[in-house]
Amino acid sequence: MKKEFNITIFSENHIGLLNRITIVFTRRRINIESLVVSESAIEGVYKFLVVINSNEDQVKKVVAQIEKLIDVIRAFYHTNEEMIFQELALYKVPIEALYESDTVERIVRKAGARILEITREYVVIEKTGHIEETQALFEELNQFKVMQFTRSGRVALTRDPIERLSVFLKERDAFLDSLD
Amino acid sequence: MATKKVTGSQAVILSLLEEGVDIIFGYPGGAIMPIYDALYDFDRHINHILTRHEQGAVHAAEGYARVTGKAGVCFATSGPGATNLITGIADAMIDSTPLVCITGQVASPLLGTDAFQESDVVGISMPVTKWNYQITDSSEIPEVIAQAFYIAQSGRPGPVLIDITKDAQFGELDFEYKKCRKVRSYIPESPVDPFKVKEAADLINAAKKPLLLFGQGVIIGQAEQELKDFIEKTGIPAAWTLLGLSALPSDHPLNVGMLGMHGNYGPNLLTNEADLIIAAGMRFDDRVTGKVSAYAKQAKIIHLEIDPAEINKIVKADVAVLGNVKKSLKMLIGNVTENNHDQWIQRFRDCDKIEDEKIIQKDLYPVKPGLTMGEAIRISTEMTNNEAILVTDVGQHQMIAQRYFKFKTTKSNVTSGGLGTMGFGLPASIGAQLGAPGRTVIAAIGDGGFQMTIQELGTIAQNKLPVKILLLNNHFLGMVRQWQQLFFEKRYSFTELQNPDFITIAKGFGIPGHKVDVRDDLETGIRKMIEHEGPYLLEVTIEKEDNVFPMVPTGASVSDIILEP
Repeated sequence: MKKEFNITIFSENHIGLLNRITIVFTRRRINIESLVVSESAIEGVYKFLVVINSNEDQVKKVVAQIEKLIDVIRAFYHTNEEMIFQELALYKVPIEALYESDTVERIVRKAGARILEITREYVVIEKTGHIEETQALFEELNQFKVMQFTRSGRVALTRDPIERLSVFLKERDAFLDSLD
Repeated sequence: MATKKVTGSQAVILSLLEEGVDIIFGYPGGAIMPIYDALYDFDRHINHILTRHEQGAVHAAEGYARVTGKAGVCFATSGPGATNLITGIADAMIDSTPLVCITGQVASPLLGTDAFQESDVVGISMPVTKWNYQITDSSEIPEVIAQAFYIAQSGRPGPVLIDITKDAQFGELDFEYKKCRKVRSYIPESPVDPFKVKEAADLINAAKKPLLLFGQGVIIGQAEQELKDFIEKTGIPAAWTLLGLSALPSDHPLNVGMLGMHGNYGPNLLTNEADLIIAAGMRFDDRVTGKVSAYAKQAKIIHLEIDPAEINKIVKADVAVLGNVKKSLKMLIGNVTENNHDQWIQRFRDCDKIEDEKIIQKDLYPVKPGLTMGEAIRISTEMTNNEAILVTDVGQHQMIAQRYFKFKTTKSNVTSGGLGTMGFGLPASIGAQLGAPGRTVIAAIGDGGFQMTIQELGTIAQNKLPVKILLLNNHFLGMVRQWQQLFFEKRYSFTELQNPDFITIAKGFGIPGHKVDVRDDLETGIRKMIEHEGPYLLEVTIEKEDNVFPMVPTGASVSDIILEP
């Protein structure tokens, strides 16, 4: 049965690695739902979070193929239940909407969103949450004709109490040293 | 260690020398000229083989790698030079062949400007290399080349491509070379887990009808002796994949033959009767398994494998032993009990008898007037005392050669397995001959594949390589024609060839040859080919519509193997 899986990849920061990773998915005709890349807490180690719709058997194989890439240090996969995740959305709404009634203010309060910037023409609202929540806010605000809307990819943490990568890196350094 | 100032190009050559490279296959061009210029000063240390096409260079490098176990090295220029390597690189990737390919690239300020002969070779080769890297800074050259050799040759080997911009070739650096021994993000092989070995040994000791399948992992891991010791101690019959061939002598009593689509009857049929399958350094290719959902369902599976991504990829393993097969087999030998499986092995012998009567006799000792590929292969292997290196191309002749050529020593079979690259054979034989200069190399090639890389006759002639080219000419793209006959109602869509006079072509290149049309002439023809001192082309006219049997039809189970149409 297909469902969402979160694939976390830790890698060296080499030119072209993103391409190598996406090739693993495209070759198997797997569509990437969300992709976020940034430096991890460990300097020089980059972290990718790739969200795909698939089944566990295929995800296991894909993760093994990704780990096989030379510049990839480690890859893990988790279900949504095993992760805490958020997306960030920005909405640009005409300024009149704010002046004419208190509806926008009520919507923003109820959604736990916040106002980032107000100009003569528009107001920019920010909301973090799951895609259903950011989408629901869009629907509500759209009664005022949202001028622009953007949503980020997913950022996520595991519910696992230990940071597996640092443990793993320690073990790997010890193993590689033992080869000398 | 003292350093010295050199150019990037000199650093490339010095780095190759540090890696013990004594032969390079290549083709010069604009963007790699500085490296070729540096090479000019080292012609006593490095033999450069100028092929007639970059595809020839990369297949030759593969042939060299297969017979030596060392990385084959090739050079090509940017743009078309580099893209011409791609087929061979893809071939090496799927067949785990170590290559270090060095390509020239336009100067770094021109990258991305559609400069003359610019192609994004790093991007193009990404899906078919184990690793690739573009050098734009001369100072990176020694370290990157050291990594390239380490990555290409360690773990599950594969092709690596290094693209060097022209300005990096001209630039200067302080040369210091350190061999690469580790890469943080790469673990070439996991240590073998003794608990997994124990689990595997328990299954092996309890098995009544075990069958071992070995692949190229045994050859790459130099585990031939361990394989032999293991099967001899346990009495387990062993069957081989295409690329595993020659790891175990053909006449070993426990060698029960070839797996897969055109493999032997016994090992295919009995895969679906075995109670235990031990897969050693093989990856359950679809040509081996046939229909996976009907493959060895009754059997427990032990998978000895170096590449974690192969575990459970096609066939689920009951016990997966990760690591180098040489180590895992050695550990297994210590944990298994001496045994014999004579009754079970008798089943293979019974199957052999059926296959022999229905197929093999007719292939090897035909009575019909038309010549068969089988008899040409049989005489060739007999006359070389089963000691030759066999190089093949792809197609019917390949399957026949793999079935009937016999081997005494490992690393003696060079063929394109996973990719099935027509045109592989002739250039690969160049590398095989250079990698094993003292041995007889027989290149069995069909008339289709021969014409794909026929220009390499020039390379063979120029370098006086004594390759024995056995051209099996049926005037057809025979394997495709066979499928058209069997599965497309004999609609022979574009498979018949009007061929040139191959003997005259070879003569034009300075290679003597002879054409055999009748059986009476075959043995003397082959003898003449083998006894000739230099390169030689023997063309054998084969019956046009011969088929390769047995056959596991596509989509069928291995136990549905058919012996005749």
